[in-house]
This record gives sequence, C-alpha cells and structure tokens, in this order.
Amino acid sequence: MSMPFYVAPEQMMKDRADYARKGIARGRALVAMRYQDGIAIVAENASETLRKVSEIYDRIAFAGVGKYNEFDQLRVAGIRSADLKGFQYSRDDVDARSLANSYAQMLGNIFTHEMKPMEVEILVAEVGREPDADQMFHILYDGTVVDERDHAALGGDAEAIRTRLTENWSEGLDLAGVVAVGVAALSGDEREIPAGDLEVAELCRGNGRRCFHRLSEADVLALLPPS
Amino acid sequence: MPFFTPSEDPGSNFPDLLKRIGLDPSARPIEGKLLADDLGVPHATTCVALRYDGGVVMAGDRRATSGNLISHRTMEKVVQADRHSGVAIAGSAGPAMEMVKLFQLQLEHYEKVEGSSLSLEGKANQLSAMVRGNLPAAMQGMVVVPIFAGYDLLRSTGRLWDFDATGGRYEERNHVATGSGSLHASTVIKVGFTTDLTRDAAIDLAATALWEAADADSATGGPDALRGIYPVVAWIDSDGWERVTDSDLAERYGRIIDAVSERVVGS
Repeated sequence: MSMPFYVAPEQMMKDRADYARKGIARGRALVAMRYQDGIAIVAENASETLRKVSEIYDRIAFAGVGKYNEFDQLRVAGIRSADLKGFQYSRDDVDARSLANSYAQMLGNIFTHEMKPMEVEILVAEVGREPDADQMFHILYDGTVVDERDHAALGGDAEAIRTRLTENWSEGLDLAGVVAVGVAALSGDEREIPAGDLEVAELCRGNGRRCFHRLSEADVLALLPPS
Repeated sequence: MPFFTPSEDPGSNFPDLLKRIGLDPSARPIEGKLLADDLGVPHATTCVALRYDGGVVMAGDRRATSGNLISHRTMEKVVQADRHSGVAIAGSAGPAMEMVKLFQLQLEHYEKVEGSSLSLEGKANQLSAMVRGNLPAAMQGMVVVPIFAGYDLLRSTGRLWDFDATGGRYEERNHVATGSGSLHASTVIKVGFTTDLTRDAAIDLAATALWEAADADSATGGPDALRGIYPVVAWIDSDGWERVTDSDLAERYGRIIDAVSERVVGS
C-alpha cells in the first residue's frame, strides 16, 4: 500500500498562498480612495464588458482583481446576500462589514478545504451618510480582512501602488483630483494608461438611494488632465 | 452567503433565489375556507395609465377600504418599479404591496447581476408571472390586478399593460384603468383621449378621470384638501420616472372643481 507523502501544514499553506499570490500578481491592479463626496474606484481594465467594479447595494460597491470567473462568482454571491438581507429585514440593515465578514468566511473556507484557493483579492466599499462613516474592507485570498481607512490598492504590484497613493492622496479631493491620483498611482512614472483601459466608478453620497455610478469613457476623459 | 453549484444556480432570478433558500413567499398553501371579505383585508381601488407623445402618465387614488370602512387614506398604489417603469395596483392591499416589493427587487437584482436592465417587455412578463403565482390567493378573494407602464428605450415610446388575476398580460395601445372605479375613470379618458396629447394635458386628463371615479365610486378617494392628500400622479419619459408634486395637483384640482361647479351649479 502506498502512503501519501507527508507535507507539513506550514508548507501546505505556504504553497497555497504562493499559488494564489502568483495568480493575483499576473492581473492588473485597482485602487479605491475616499474623496469629498464618497469613494472612487479606479481599475486598469482593458475589457469594456468584463467588469472589475460593480454595484452590490444602495451604498455598497464591490471590486475584484485576479481570476475573473472567481471574483465574479463572489460578486454575484454578494448581491444575493445583500438583496436577501434587505428583503427579509430592511434596506438600512445591509452593511459592508457583515458582507465583508461573509466573504472572509467563504474565502477562508475555500483556502483551507478546497483543491485550490481562489486567486482573487476583493474590496467591499460602503459610502457613509457622513464622510466619517465611509468604510473599505480589503479581503485577501485566504480570508484575511484588512480595514482600510483612506485608500486601498489591490492586485499585482500593490506595494508600489500603495506607496504612491500614500504620497499623493490627501483629504478633501474632488472626483477629478482623486481620479488623477489613482491613475498616477496605477501607472507609475514609466508608462501612461490610455483612458480606454480605465474602469472608473464612484459611490457618491449625493446620488440618491443608489449611490453607485459608473463613469463612461467620455466622463473619464473629461476628468483626466489633458496630456 | 448563498453559493450554488452551476446546475442549481438561480441566475439573475430573485424569486427563484428565494425559493431555493426556502423563503418563497407564495409557497405557503392557504387552507380552509376563510375569504378575504371575512378577514377584512384592505382593498385598493382605482388606478389609470395613459400614453402621451413622449411617454406615459400613471395615476391612482389614495384610498384603501375594508368593506364599507375607509381603512387607509394615504396608500400609495402607483409606485416606481425602476428608473423607466412604474406599477399601479388594485385589489387586496397586502399581497399587492408584497408583490410590488418583490417586483422592484427583482428588477434591481437582475440589473445588478446581469449588468444591464431587463427590456420593458421582459419586465411586463416578469410581473405577469408574479400575478399568476398569486392565483391560489386570488381564489380566496385576494385578487391583485396591476397595471404596468413604462418607457421603452429600445423603441423610444411609452407602453402600457394590464393584467387579469390569472396572469394574463394585455398590452393596451393608449390607456388602461383598473380597480372598482375603473369604469368611470376609463370612460373619462376614452372620451378625452387624443393621440397628440401633451404631457400636461395627459396629467389633467388622469386627474379628471380620478375625480369622476371618486365622484361615482364610494371606494375611490378624491383629492382631500383638508388633509392635503392628493392622488399619486407620475409620468415616465426617456429621462425616467417623475412624480407630480402635491402643490401642482392642488392647482389642477382647483381648476377641475371650478369647471365641475360651473357645470352642475352654474356660475
């Protein structure tokens, strides 16, 4: 009878984490930042139709990087969970924190129990009624939740992007200002990202019940400084 | 957080999702012989919708009755379904409100999951399935008969539908009315309707129709200047849903009252 090789749990977790990290690092990054009217999310995405950023609920948005089919599955699960909660209780009872916790449980479970971990990193953002109540939760492939205050960077090369964000982001920017900071952080000094490769969406406090708003390519072009 | 295998995935269908997790609102079988009349279930009454050159106008009175009692004076029977459509309900208030809530949610759920809205025809179909799902309750007297109207962005025109208790879906060309006062309301609209109606004239015609329905049908509420309660009147065009303000309606009803008093009392 053949015995399976013994693999130390530390090694097994490390292998899985490396696998997931490699998958995520291959994809392009996205950033989310607070600005005066809410939260703006800027993603580098060559596709016009396969979205990285989308609406979950009245005040909540979802953004994901990594493997598209995997984070899209998470996106749909989040919409279902939020809509069910709003249907059973009230629209006011749907919040980003509990959604982030559910995502963390699910990703943690998949990371330890499934054949392969999900190669994704996701962000759940909620715009508060007041700027102080804005929330961003960054959830990693293994279920780790990071509560981000002002800005978040997800995906390949996130460390460098985060450094650039910390340098350039400031309190009280308007939408055009914050999008410019986000685009500069994503592109770095060496290259320029064409407007067609940008996916920009905002959670805007003044948008009525549904705060989520996706900017069209023309909107993005109008926001960016002329080059 | 609900997660499904590909073969069991409900897709963008919210009612199906409710069913799969055991929350289906229509799943509870109603047994016994209790009828809606015995329960004193509030009843919603007259609603109308008509087309004008740039969209549709919808209107409904605010009264709900239980038998010969007025149970609510401020019920809103004409509600926005999504950006470009609205639904008006007549019939048993409880199931109708629940149906509207589920319908609004389904349209939004579909839009979020799929990334684009349902077509107007698709929305009407969806509502038809919900009315059909209410059939067991309808057989106990809790009938829900909505009107659905909206602006069709693909065809650049307003469209309207009415339904019967079995989910039958009928697209009407110009105008439609439902509820206990619908006979009077639809006669007024039928007589006043022209194909080149402007929005302003369409709103006036809908307001007059509700006035005449309230005048002849005890279950339909007229404008209540004492409490400041006016019918819900809204229009839907390419820019979406917009509700006529109460002050605007107060002015319009002032003119209608003058015209009526001139007609019946003389000046």
